[in-house]
Amino acid sequence: MSSNSFAYNEQSGGGEATELGQEATSTISPSGAFGLFSSDLKKNEDLKQMLESNKDSAKLDAMKRIVGMIAKGKNASELFPAVVKNVASKNIEIKKLVYVYLVRYAEEQQDLALLSISTFQRALKDPNQLIRASALRVLSSIRVPIIVPIMMLAIKEASADLSPYVRKNAAHAIQKLYSLDPEQKEMLIEVIEKLLKDKSTLVAGSVVMAFEEVCPDRIDLIHKNYRKLCNLLVDVEEWGQVVIIHMLTRYARTQFVSPWKEDDGLEDNEKNFYESDDEQKEKTDHRKKPYTMDPDHRLLIRNTKPLLQSRNAAVVMAVAQLYWHISPKSEVGIISKSLVRLLRSNREVQYIVLQNIATMSIQRKGMFEPYLKSFYVRSTDPTMIKTLKLEILTNLANEANISTLLREFQTYVKSQDKQFAAATIQTIGRCATNISEVTDTCLNGLVCLLSNRDEIVVAESVVVIKKLLQMQPVQHGEIIKHMAKLLDSITVPVARASILWLIGENCERVPKIAPDVLRKMAKSFTSEDDLVKLQILNLGAKLYLTNSKQTKLLTQYILNLGKYDQNYDIRDRTRFIRQLIVPNEKSGALSKYAKKIFLAQKPAPLLESPFKDRDHFQLGTLSHTLNTKATGYLELSNWPEVAPDPSVRNVEVIELAKEWTPAGKAKKENPAKKFYSESEEEEDSSDSSSDSESESESASGEQEEEGDSSEDSSEDTSSEHRSDSESASEVGDKRTAKRNSKSKGKSDSEDGEKENEKSKTSDSSSTDSSSEEESSSDSESVSESEREPESRKVAKEKEKKKTKQDRNPLTKDVSLLDLDDFNPVSTPVALPTPALSPSLIADLEGLNLSTCSSVISVNTPVFVPVKTHVLLHRMSGRGLAAHYFFPRQPCIFGDKMVSVQITLNNTTDQKIENIHIGEKKLPMGMQMHVFTPIESLEPEGSITVSMGIDFCDSTQTASFQLCTKDDCFSVNIQPPVGELLLPVAMSEKDFKKEQGMLTGMNETSTVIIAAPQNFTPSVILQKVVNVANVGVVPSGQDNIHRFAAKTVHSGSLMLVTVELKEGSTAQLIINTERTVIGSVLLRELKPVLSQG
Amino acid sequence: MLTAPPSRPSGLSCRQGRKGEVHLQPGLLGSQAQEVQTRWRPSPCFGAGKRSPTKMIHSLFLINCSGDIFLEKHWKSVVSQSVCDYFFEAQEKAADVENVPPVISTPHHYLISIYRDKLFFVSVIQTEVPPLFVIEFLHRVADTFQDYFGECSEAAIKDNVVIVYELLEEMLDNGFPLATESNILKELIKPPTILRSVVNSITGSSNVGDTLPTGQLSNIPWRRAGVKYTNNEAYFDVVEEIDAIIDKSGSTVFAEIQGVIDACIKLSGMPDLSLSFMNPRLLDDVSFHPCIRFKRWESERVLSFIPPDGNFRLISYRVSSQNLVAIPVYVKHSISFKENSSCGRFDITIGPKQNMGKTIEGITVTVHMPKVVLNMNLTPTQGSYTFDPVTKVLTWDVGKITPQKLPSLKGLVNLQSGAPKPEENPSLNIQFKIQQLAISGLKVNRLDMYGEKYKPFKGVKYVTKAGKFQVRT
Repeated sequence: MSSNSFAYNEQSGGGEATELGQEATSTISPSGAFGLFSSDLKKNEDLKQMLESNKDSAKLDAMKRIVGMIAKGKNASELFPAVVKNVASKNIEIKKLVYVYLVRYAEEQQDLALLSISTFQRALKDPNQLIRASALRVLSSIRVPIIVPIMMLAIKEASADLSPYVRKNAAHAIQKLYSLDPEQKEMLIEVIEKLLKDKSTLVAGSVVMAFEEVCPDRIDLIHKNYRKLCNLLVDVEEWGQVVIIHMLTRYARTQFVSPWKEDDGLEDNEKNFYESDDEQKEKTDHRKKPYTMDPDHRLLIRNTKPLLQSRNAAVVMAVAQLYWHISPKSEVGIISKSLVRLLRSNREVQYIVLQNIATMSIQRKGMFEPYLKSFYVRSTDPTMIKTLKLEILTNLANEANISTLLREFQTYVKSQDKQFAAATIQTIGRCATNISEVTDTCLNGLVCLLSNRDEIVVAESVVVIKKLLQMQPVQHGEIIKHMAKLLDSITVPVARASILWLIGENCERVPKIAPDVLRKMAKSFTSEDDLVKLQILNLGAKLYLTNSKQTKLLTQYILNLGKYDQNYDIRDRTRFIRQLIVPNEKSGALSKYAKKIFLAQKPAPLLESPFKDRDHFQLGTLSHTLNTKATGYLELSNWPEVAPDPSVRNVEVIELAKEWTPAGKAKKENPAKKFYSESEEEEDSSDSSSDSESESESASGEQEEEGDSSEDSSEDTSSEHRSDSESASEVGDKRTAKRNSKSKGKSDSEDGEKENEKSKTSDSSSTDSSSEEESSSDSESVSESEREPESRKVAKEKEKKKTKQDRNPLTKDVSLLDLDDFNPVSTPVALPTPALSPSLIADLEGLNLSTCSSVISVNTPVFVPVKTHVLLHRMSGRGLAAHYFFPRQPCIFGDKMVSVQITLNNTTDQKIENIHIGEKKLPMGMQMHVFTPIESLEPEGSITVSMGIDFCDSTQTASFQLCTKDDCFSVNIQPPVGELLLPVAMSEKDFKKEQGMLTGMNETSTVIIAAPQNFTPSVILQKVVNVANVGVVPSGQDNIHRFAAKTVHSGSLMLVTVELKEGSTAQLIINTERTVIGSVLLRELKPVLSQG
Repeated sequence: MLTAPPSRPSGLSCRQGRKGEVHLQPGLLGSQAQEVQTRWRPSPCFGAGKRSPTKMIHSLFLINCSGDIFLEKHWKSVVSQSVCDYFFEAQEKAADVENVPPVISTPHHYLISIYRDKLFFVSVIQTEVPPLFVIEFLHRVADTFQDYFGECSEAAIKDNVVIVYELLEEMLDNGFPLATESNILKELIKPPTILRSVVNSITGSSNVGDTLPTGQLSNIPWRRAGVKYTNNEAYFDVVEEIDAIIDKSGSTVFAEIQGVIDACIKLSGMPDLSLSFMNPRLLDDVSFHPCIRFKRWESERVLSFIPPDGNFRLISYRVSSQNLVAIPVYVKHSISFKENSSCGRFDITIGPKQNMGKTIEGITVTVHMPKVVLNMNLTPTQGSYTFDPVTKVLTWDVGKITPQKLPSLKGLVNLQSGAPKPEENPSLNIQFKIQQLAISGLKVNRLDMYGEKYKPFKGVKYVTKAGKFQVRT
């Protein structure tokens, strides 16, 4: 290896030697070593001249040659003064190459490098964003400690730049500055915090990268940006996606509770490796507690799913590991398809992916079983890929597929790649031990292999057979005899040692052969490998103990040979054995037990996968690949037992809240507002403190709970809260926003007594008298902080450290009743929030949703059914077929219209031309926005157009003519009543309030009878949203499900309530002004809910 | 010549030690200094338990097959070439280039390498990083070279070393990928063409774009702005590959279809395309170019996108495994090595099986013969064959199949005398091509363009090829 020697040269001879080596190998200058120095000098001289010339072309040439030198690893540092002068060159290419040079050598020539700084400082103010960005890039890449303050300033300015591209570069510069001067950490964290708030997809990846480098432990910086990052993720560039996903995986593991506990039962006895001891304990403690996933947790899992279809293997792997580490076990399955897809890629990608699959397949066979054949080995695969595939095949082997696999293995054993053949034999051994049905088959197969011509194969078989026999209580004397014969031919030491050991272990079962083997071995002792010698000694000792008559002399002969062996290990062993087995006056009590010591029952070895323990490393990481902890590896924490306060992720909505507050209510908000603005100022510092505060609080709450004897009741209620939050996951944002305002109130309560009073009034005035709102807040810490002042007021005799047991009834009964007294007016402070969060979502999803009032805001549809209706059958349409369906999107043609999508198919073999809508026969008031005529539709072609129809909130049919160039067809659209609605987001409180106003003749109800399994929240939700386009209202009670919508035309509210009763009945109530539609909807919902 | 580095630290106090690390030049002091340097890295200055600040890709070395490092690029401090010794060590151990482990751990660094076109791209990593991230990036670098120079070879890279350097500079900032989209890069750095290099040498202008790109800054980062063509055209190649393992008896052990749609789009302005299929349900597992709107695909199974300019891979897909895969060719084979004799017989015949009425062309059979084979004396009825006695690879270039007379190759195999006969017959790797056919039956329905007024030329081409198509014998 020629360059090795160069490298060594370099060690002794210094830098120039490298150059020498490079020169000698490259064909450019074949001059001798000594001639080189002078020629090099000369070359540099003329380069200098060229750099100082007036012509750009000469300069460019010189710079190109210099870059060439750098690329080859040659030293060009002495040209620094000549080069640095050109930093201000007008020519972009010269400039770029000078930058390349500067970045490489500035560190060595710091004083001279400073000359260039002013140029960059000027460029940082350039109106062109790319020049600003590249100046920042170079400035931050010059590793000169003196300019740290300048860099810091530049980064700060750039982080506020209008151009996202410059901000992205600022994020990159953060890491560079940090590696240059770690003392800037605090200042840099401030910049990171600022950049994390950035909404540009360009910046997100880079700033998270900087975060991971500089302050990966400052998880608190992520909270507020969590949802934004999740939502942006799909649009971030690929590399950023990888970094963000890895960071969010770690984040999720610290912030959410484990979603796995419930699934444990489903895992067919597969041991859960993640379950640490304390978790196990917790599991038994909290068995009954149903788990509901934090909506934010769900958000992450949902938003990463599309990325499984990225073209970038790193992104796919990142998502796969995210699913593996944080999603519920039942959902992990979807990653396997994508991972298998990656196996088509380059060998390097295959290598990494196969390693990860190997680790996964140990724990969860089921995931990859359908793809078993994708892991079949091809003779053209590199050996490392072959062995990994084999590993996975072994992991996937079970009773059902073992016969297929064994047939496949038979092919592999014969492979020309002997290393692979040997690995296959080990695999067969592992299958034999794992699956008892095939043990004998495998053993027979392996014995057949003993007559193989290839020694490696035979040796490997011997070793595996040895292991198998050791595991088998049933004796296989024949096999042992056969193997003893092999000793004559086989030369591989491991195999010989294995045979000897086997004979020694079973010497009493092959009494005739064993001494003979020993005799042969004694003959060849001196020429054996050390490993074999040790086994000969063992064999001798065992025979001496069982059959001393025949073997005494032989053993002593061997012991004598061993005594003078060159290897100290063998000498030691000889001495040890002699003392143990040969009785003499010095031998102690131990020799009595010699037989027991040597012929003790040995535990069978476990044939385990080398990937067995790899899963404690995060999948997809370097550490996982190397199976050692790599520098800078960040441990994935265990799930917290209790989720930290989820409200920390709420986004700042205070300013918005003011805007949204109805004018009439603004007055009441005043005190609160004042407080808010104060807290905003202190936001940075108080954030973290309130954070830790809430954590400690919740922890103490937990302790109390554990100490409590009547735990069950509290358990139940808390679980109730949780299930609520689950059903309301769609509108979770809204509620968390509300929580936010409360946590503000809470942090306020620490600020001082006086403030406390103030906040309390605002807080209490905000709380609705009617009821459920309290129970809708699901976090213990929040509810605690909130109730603390209340409970003090309500029951002063009660101590502050009220137990949870007390508190819960308090919320349900006492406090609510009391609150009635306190709050004569119910002021919906929480009202603005429902309007906010959907708009937040809407912004991010690019949907323009209009809000008609602060109370009723249109939400995104919970569910869009794919069901299509036939508009025109192809038979009656002479080959033109049309279907329509309701996409449940707000109509773009008018806000009183329902949007309808029509798919037109041409089933003829001729073009259909000029498809348009002809005469319309609409009932009174009904309006229709037609689609633009379609010029032509190719044969077999299809096209989807959308139109809007104002149905005037009736289910009357819209009839019109669908015309082509030649024909007119009368068609009609009759809307299902559920499509005349738009989902509305509202809180439970508002719902109740509105419902209260819509009683009497505005209410219709019916009783439904159905099997209890149809009354699970998810089933009800699914059935209702399937029929009608309604929004889900978070409910405080398990047995009541509420849905809200408004009619498209008139905007009247449509409130649907499903109240579960005892047994298998439920009450379906619909409140609406539009009683006709209400009763139609009731008619439609009833059969759907009652059927199975 | 040994110029001492300026202002070397005198003491080894914590702070100075760190500075020293910055000053130390492994190029000047050799790898021993390098060792020292890295050992100092987690100096107590940073506080125990904190990570030393590093970054993803530290350095890149390009190494050719004979083990010469012909290009190096460092993104921060210089890492001595001697770090590659660990790589060479692994390479020697692996015997075969294909078997060099992609990830190697050395005492102070980690080396992640890829092997492409007879070149090794070895990157030096200092901290934990997803290995696929680096591998994927290195492949992207190689792709870019391929794109720029037409080939990714040592000669091409050496000839264009300045462009390579500029590219690397743009692609990676501080070890983190910056611009990897070919459209953006091409705006920043113009690819070399013969004409341009002539013009450049006369006028003295450069490869570097003098107008600054806008794509990176817009929300369509993959497309360059201001594209103009006189002929607007959009071509799609649907290429399907059959991966299969056929066993001795001719039955299919494993078969699946993997497909890609490669696009060549030369459309002016900002066209918004949507491509629909007659039978989109066939596509089971799809991966997308970032330009594709995922939501449209999810809801309507339509590929809707604003394309990058030029050639790119739109999607790659797998056809759902429920569909039975038609195997277009069969092979009759009889290969035998006689016991105790230094020769064997070799006889293979290829015939069409399910070819959907299309001609199968470009058939090539490659066989890795066992090591004991010395030479082969064969007669092909069609095409020509070569046998490389060093690598023991037999290649038979068949060409087209004509069903009237099936092509066959038969003759004698000379074995090393005295050596045991090989136990296993070698597997046959088969390549073929069927034009105008997508074996899965996938059909593009239509391509619509929105956003621009002109009418583009559109075209779709279907090809079926053998992927990893192996016949065990």
